[in-house]
Amino acid sequence: MTKTDTRLQVMWDRLLAVVEEQGQALIRAAFSPIVRECGDISAGIFDVEGRMLAQAVTGTPGHINTMAEAVKTLRARFPLEEMTSGDIYMTNDPWIASGHLNDFLLMMPVFFQGRLVGFTACTSHLADLGGLGMGPEGSDIYDEGLLIPPCKLVDEGEVNALLVEIVKANSREPIGNEGDIYALIACCEAGADRLVRMMDEFGIRDLNALSEHIVETSRRGTIDAISALPKGTWRNVLKVDGYDAEIELHAALTIEDDHILLDFEGSAECLSKGVNVPLNYAAAYSVFALRCIIGPDTPNNAGSLEPFRVTAPKGCILNAQSPSPVAMRHALGQMTPDLVYGCLSQVAPELVPAEGASCMYDLPMRHVAEAVERGDPQFALELVFNGGTGARPQLDGLSATAFPSGVWGSQIETTEAVAPVMFDRRELRPDSGGAGRTRGGLGQRIEMRAVDDQDVMVFLSVERIRNPAKGRLGGLAGAPGRIRVTGRDHDVPGKGELRVKAGERLIFETPGGGGFGDPKERDPERLAQDIEAGLVTPQAAKRDYGSQS
Amino acid sequence: MAIDIGGTFTDTVLMDGAAQILATTKTPTTPEQPTIGALEGARRVLRDAGAAWSNVVGLIHGTTLATNALIERRGAEVAAITPQGFRDILEIGYERRYSQYAINLAKPDLIVPRTRSFTIGGRIDAQGREREPLAEDDVKALSASLADAGVEAVAICLLHAYANPAHELRLRDLLSAEAPDLVVSLSHEVSPEAREFDRLCTTIANAYVQPLMAGYLADFEQRFAGEGLQRPILMMTAGGGMTTIETASRLPIRLVESGPAGGAILAARIAQEAGERQVLSFDMGGTTAKLSLIEDFRPQTARKFEISRAERFIKGSGMPVRIPVIEMIEIGAGGGSIASVDRLGRVRVGPHSAGSEPGPVAFGKGGDQPTVTDADIALGFIVPDRFAEGRLEIDVDAAMAALLESVGDRIGLDAVHAGFAVSEIVDENMASAGRMHAVESGKDIGERLMIAFGGNGPLHATRVARRAGVRRILIPRDPGVGSAVGFLFAPVSFEIVQSRYATLEDLDIGAINRFLAETCSAAEAIVRMGAPSSPLRQRRVGFMRYHGQGHEIETELPARDLRVSDIDGLRDAFEREYARQFRRVVPGMRIEILNWGVSVSSAEPELNARSNADRAGFATASETRRILCDVTGRRRDADLFDRAGLRAGDRVAGPALIVEPQTTTLVSADFEARIDDAGSIWLSRVEEETA
Repeated sequence: MTKTDTRLQVMWDRLLAVVEEQGQALIRAAFSPIVRECGDISAGIFDVEGRMLAQAVTGTPGHINTMAEAVKTLRARFPLEEMTSGDIYMTNDPWIASGHLNDFLLMMPVFFQGRLVGFTACTSHLADLGGLGMGPEGSDIYDEGLLIPPCKLVDEGEVNALLVEIVKANSREPIGNEGDIYALIACCEAGADRLVRMMDEFGIRDLNALSEHIVETSRRGTIDAISALPKGTWRNVLKVDGYDAEIELHAALTIEDDHILLDFEGSAECLSKGVNVPLNYAAAYSVFALRCIIGPDTPNNAGSLEPFRVTAPKGCILNAQSPSPVAMRHALGQMTPDLVYGCLSQVAPELVPAEGASCMYDLPMRHVAEAVERGDPQFALELVFNGGTGARPQLDGLSATAFPSGVWGSQIETTEAVAPVMFDRRELRPDSGGAGRTRGGLGQRIEMRAVDDQDVMVFLSVERIRNPAKGRLGGLAGAPGRIRVTGRDHDVPGKGELRVKAGERLIFETPGGGGFGDPKERDPERLAQDIEAGLVTPQAAKRDYGSQS
Repeated sequence: MAIDIGGTFTDTVLMDGAAQILATTKTPTTPEQPTIGALEGARRVLRDAGAAWSNVVGLIHGTTLATNALIERRGAEVAAITPQGFRDILEIGYERRYSQYAINLAKPDLIVPRTRSFTIGGRIDAQGREREPLAEDDVKALSASLADAGVEAVAICLLHAYANPAHELRLRDLLSAEAPDLVVSLSHEVSPEAREFDRLCTTIANAYVQPLMAGYLADFEQRFAGEGLQRPILMMTAGGGMTTIETASRLPIRLVESGPAGGAILAARIAQEAGERQVLSFDMGGTTAKLSLIEDFRPQTARKFEISRAERFIKGSGMPVRIPVIEMIEIGAGGGSIASVDRLGRVRVGPHSAGSEPGPVAFGKGGDQPTVTDADIALGFIVPDRFAEGRLEIDVDAAMAALLESVGDRIGLDAVHAGFAVSEIVDENMASAGRMHAVESGKDIGERLMIAFGGNGPLHATRVARRAGVRRILIPRDPGVGSAVGFLFAPVSFEIVQSRYATLEDLDIGAINRFLAETCSAAEAIVRMGAPSSPLRQRRVGFMRYHGQGHEIETELPARDLRVSDIDGLRDAFEREYARQFRRVVPGMRIEILNWGVSVSSAEPELNARSNADRAGFATASETRRILCDVTGRRRDADLFDRAGLRAGDRVAGPALIVEPQTTTLVSADFEARIDDAGSIWLSRVEEETA
């Protein structure tokens, strides 16, 4: 390292700070609930070739990789020589941006001293794009709402008002959508402004040397981590709930000297409902999971992502092709970490956690249609709850904690303040964490109802009702999720619409994580603590751990 | 007199009625009985100033005792009581991992384990209506369970208690009747804001330190009275105001982080004297650097901060505490921060610190990892025989050797350039943190005046400023005891933020006015105890947002009853601030108000106007020193000055070092220094660098 390298490192640190600044600004200005509660956004800086140099670490990993590829695609659609300062391009094509119509990607060319030097980009989740709305019921992408192909949203600083009107006219949340588009524009502009100021301060005319330094250092660091692993191919099959019948996800993980190949060949075909996953999104979550264990200290950029390659046959459920419906692609997308950990665990058993609840248990809720004419309160809630994470090789799983997504859970008081609902319970579910040498995290039990004499609509899209999180190396499975309504004979399925009638109570139980290692090897003192704290009942301790007490 | 008890040192300052500092001293903190060290400092400044206790008209005290009790886990055995069905508010929290890629992260320890989490029947709804009566018959059994668990203090947090505290109050009365010695903290008194997890955490933290702090404060008061103090003692709070011993004993959580607040108060005071409306306060010590923004002479405040983080400098890894605080960002960048090289060959500095023990390698007290101070020594910025008035021997060779071994050899640099790299990284970290903090507040950093203090602030100010785009810096007098000096400028004040949902378009003005008046008189009663006759000032704010957003913007309300005619003005004020932060307003949106804040404070001491001396001329140095220039990275000579020898109006061209007992000011080659009438050093960036 020379003095020049120190300067390059300082500039790299600066770029990382700039994308975080961009990301924060976007979250704070957002209207879409999933963005402000969960940070479902992305912000990045790219060199003139479209290579990603830095990306904000935000709430959800669903944008990792997708953004790196999306900017390359978008950049290639428009001639560079026609771009001018103040232009911004946009699309929400699920196969370019981030897997479903709600995610809008904006890209802005950055000019310094009259020359194109790079791009800033950001992605954010807009609340509603028309169609059948948030839910898996659409039978193709056209049912799911408005698709905007790559286009120029801002022309030399002038917003294309017609485009904004089209997005508003096709939405149940026009004002929120407009606000979110403005937030995205501000985010791109702020990033570009700071990039230019940095170049000015450091006296550089282009990003070439910096770009080489970042990409090469990161690529080398990632390959070093990969080369420390044994070589070969490992396979895993994960059974998931699917829509109305269980399906299989397949993965083959091949570790070579300088790259990792992940192939989803063998996975089920696409379904007729909107739970299909475009490959960019499946890759985002699976590469995120791999990077948590292989070189997590290297920031996300073109260099650290390049050694991870993901493939799948066209038309399989993890490589859905247009016009397959994809609105709820997150339910299965968030299961891919468990799929790839099943492979990686065979390579590095002491580094990989057991399966977890994984799919977030979101609970979107709305007033019923008649409420409008009756004059009853209208509301829309997007509550998010989580189950337990898988037991870690050395540590218990985390109870009621999001993984792989990074969402935040909801608070009871703020929820009850804005919607006519009331909670009767929100507590951990004893015995829901899979037994093992280390225990899986516990799920939670939520009970709620409408406060007034009013029905409410619930839109479900969750996993692990029929296929609980499996344990690893002798650890037992966690408890499955379960959804019930008091007074009804049958449990409610994990996907679809549900009308909770006045006076009924919804019981929503999130899954527990799997255990790790033989339960008999559990430290007796920690088992005793779990029993005392009420996390494990004495009966379960006897049954699952062989406890004598 | 002001006494600031920190982790390592106790700073004491004596000031006269004209805000002139008469004496300052630093004495070692006596952790077992902090009052002993405080008495020592008090005696010393009285002796140095030739004053007696009868001359002392007020004593202001700030202490890290509450903070340390939380960090070192020396508080009471606390239990939590929440409504039936909600035993796990604490365990569940926000269901979030604070670090995206860390598979093996541990959640923070939130003080109360599940075995001491109890519940009671009864339910209030979001509008404050009772949906289910309090299960009074169960209180006897609950009290017995508390006794069985050896509980000393209890945190009661019932849902929506901010909207209707009846159940919390009744439960306290019933429990106290059963167990008179039990210390009880009620969530609606500690933090009357919606969000049960945050409110419970705040209430637990309060209950945890309450027995300890109440005992300490009673003892402190008694000993100082015994020493001869005839006036009441006021306690410094995290919000930057003072409060009485009585209030502090009841709500000790408000004392947490009061030391750093003193620094921000000082910076605000100097900003006002200098007429500077946009200021960045930069306080760099041995372990951390703290940055805060000062707008219109008021430190920016926040309603939430974190304690006992699982990872000290990772946001979200700690226990949230919702009280009014001076907002600052604290990062692991101090003189003792350790430098290393990571797997990818990147130089890293902090967050680990060698602290004062073992300290930097150059101090020869057992430290073997190079620190920021070692880098500053290698670069020539610290004059060994003048450091800490020559009381500490500096081993330059040991610092160089450690820099070479831990940093230089690994990336192919000599010791001095390794020191340069360490400096570049740590200064960039601080500048980035400052910029990031400004962005999160919707502010810009570039046009601000930086006010730098703390043991390392004056030494790193120009380097951080250059990276942050800041062009002007002020180094006050006595920068090493800045926090304690700040205490003397704080008003007696109390702030209450309370949740009450409303929308601007159908605001029930009568009800809101009654609500604000009640909140106001509660705050006023507390302030009156510490400021019986001073005129009082009021500030009212609403925390507003567009319906559907998650982030609120603080909007100032008139300091009187609201009128229907105010509503348009409030909308305008909100949208002005919104447009400033996010470039454009969103048309046609409803505006909602979630929380209301009222702060009442006494008048502040008179200002000293600052004027600049007419005479101006470059001072001549009698000595020079070889340094590595931080602008060019090349070796050159820097002029060396004693701060005490510089006069008002003197100018100093960079590069230069201005040395004083507690610190050194580095005037970089691209800066020029000037001394004003008050003895402050003004540093300005020179347009064309002549180096």
